[in-house]
Amino acid sequence: MKKMTYAEAIRDGMRVEMQRDANVYIAGEDVGKFGGCFGVTAGLFDEFPGRVLDTPISETAIVGHAVGAAAAGLRPVVEIMFIDFMGVCMDELFNQAAKMRYMFGGKAKVPMVVRTPCGGGMTASAQHSQCIEAWFTHIPGIKTIMPSTPADAKGLMAAAIRDDNPVMYIEHKQLLAMSGEVPEGEYVIPLGKADIKRAGSDVTIVAWSWMLHKALAAADQLAKEGISAEVVDLRTLVPLDKECILQSVAKTNRLVVVNEAVRTSGFAGEIAAIVVEEGFDLLDAPIVRVTALDIPVPFNAKLEAVYLPNETKIIAAVKSLF
Amino acid sequence: MSDVTKEQLLDFYKTMLTIRKFEDKAAELFAAGRLPGFVHLYSGEEAVATGVCASLTNKDYITSTHRGHGHLIAKGGQVDKMMAELFAKVTGYCKGRGGSMHIADVDLGILGANGIVGAGQPIAVGAAFANQYLKNDAVSVCFFGDAASNRGTFHEALNLASVWKLPVIFVCENNRFGISMNQKDHMNIVDVSQRAISYGIPGITIDGNDVAAVYETAKDAISRARKGEGPSLIECKTWRHYGHFQGDAGLYKDAQEQEEWLKKDPILKLEDKLKVLKFAKDTELKEIQEQIQGQIDAAVAFAENSPEPSPEDVLADVYAP
Repeated sequence: MKKMTYAEAIRDGMRVEMQRDANVYIAGEDVGKFGGCFGVTAGLFDEFPGRVLDTPISETAIVGHAVGAAAAGLRPVVEIMFIDFMGVCMDELFNQAAKMRYMFGGKAKVPMVVRTPCGGGMTASAQHSQCIEAWFTHIPGIKTIMPSTPADAKGLMAAAIRDDNPVMYIEHKQLLAMSGEVPEGEYVIPLGKADIKRAGSDVTIVAWSWMLHKALAAADQLAKEGISAEVVDLRTLVPLDKECILQSVAKTNRLVVVNEAVRTSGFAGEIAAIVVEEGFDLLDAPIVRVTALDIPVPFNAKLEAVYLPNETKIIAAVKSLF
Repeated sequence: MSDVTKEQLLDFYKTMLTIRKFEDKAAELFAAGRLPGFVHLYSGEEAVATGVCASLTNKDYITSTHRGHGHLIAKGGQVDKMMAELFAKVTGYCKGRGGSMHIADVDLGILGANGIVGAGQPIAVGAAFANQYLKNDAVSVCFFGDAASNRGTFHEALNLASVWKLPVIFVCENNRFGISMNQKDHMNIVDVSQRAISYGIPGITIDGNDVAAVYETAKDAISRARKGEGPSLIECKTWRHYGHFQGDAGLYKDAQEQEEWLKKDPILKLEDKLKVLKFAKDTELKEIQEQIQGQIDAAVAFAENSPEPSPEDVLADVYAP
């Protein structure tokens, strides 16, 4: 094990995969000498000559070229500087990458990773702060990953690169500097496995990405008040580890889902629907969602704090179930 | 022109005629209500796909369009599996899951027809990047129409291809219409090839109904790309005989213009040439026509006698294992 930041762990994940497979390459805006807008690819340009490519500011070409390169045998890992820019290249992802294999009768494979940071709390306002993971989970053919710790970031990156499908690998800006113990060398976490980050018996809190840490902080506080919360980190949204969620609810009989995205049509609603459909008898109380408000992300820090979910809102949601 | 041999011209003739007869049959079947979905016919534009693909191998990639049947046949697609796909049968190229607008065969280097106008452009650039990265001497060809050159994908694809000096040839089939909209109303230039200037790559406009001219021009561009000399844009002026889709009567076309272009039919042009050069007599051409008609009829029989996909398989192949 080695102590590294979440950003370093993502980089280490890419580095190890680039060492073991010559067909893996990186492309994106300022990912080369500059090392990426958030420094995630720093040093790889020199370490892997010809395999870390700066592109023009041209998201359609970045994702679109990755589709063609992947269909032609490579394993591109492309960076979209902020997830908010995905609207610029959405056709390339959702009509091309996601559908090729099915439309072509199973004869094509599109092993590509789109790395992109999401999330708020940085006063980056409405076009640089969003959590739009539900856009991607709504499209069959794409897998969606949202790691919350350095170790998960590395292991899930390896799995994403080795996967033969288009994968949205969604980082969180608030987590990039977070440190943690990370296994050295090859380390792969299978996609579709949730992780219980804290065991508990009175209530299940499902969360992912930055909100996982808010859920853990809330669970600490709740423990002091005599409520034992189990915190489930989804890690991958598609494929989803339904079993882990249902087993936890079977134990606690109560569920709170925390999602940094806006409320309407968000992935928290999907979790709630699944548990109602497949685990209604397990529930002793209604399911509660803790989400952002249905508004564009405001610039002012005080307004943004109102917009975002936080520990206080999670604690209040949990208490409302007892 | 002088480089084109008798054998090549006869090969071109067979390919162009296969495309034409495939499209004639598709039109007939669609009008009779025997084909599901949409059908966009390539009739009138056969010289472009044929002349370009003549210099490609299975290792080279193409991206096609919603009007893709011609590209697929010219790139080596089998008419029986294509027809079966039009019929949505399990023996089709896509097992009945794609249809006319999504026929593909990666083994033949066909990265798909496409239902989104302009979507093939960045995909072709990516395949060309793979060729460059793998140093395999293969190239990519991107077919698209005049109207697709108005899309943002066109700009981003040509710019990236130029900056990375990729082995890709952009072939614009200027059939003068974006659905119903005349080129003079959807762009303020006459020659799409002028757009190459913006990207610092060669651009040329040629007669897209002259298969020998298309062949010679594309051969040069492909050869340059294989040598690592970068992308180029070829605009082929042509004309679609039918409407945008089967069922569109094309009433927005000028009747006189339509008549003039029908006289410039690329297949008639090639037949004249074959006869003038004494490469083929009428009887020999008739023999070829009958042989190809037989193949198309057999393809329809194959398609009609094929089973539909099983509902039990509806979930297969969403994800690769």
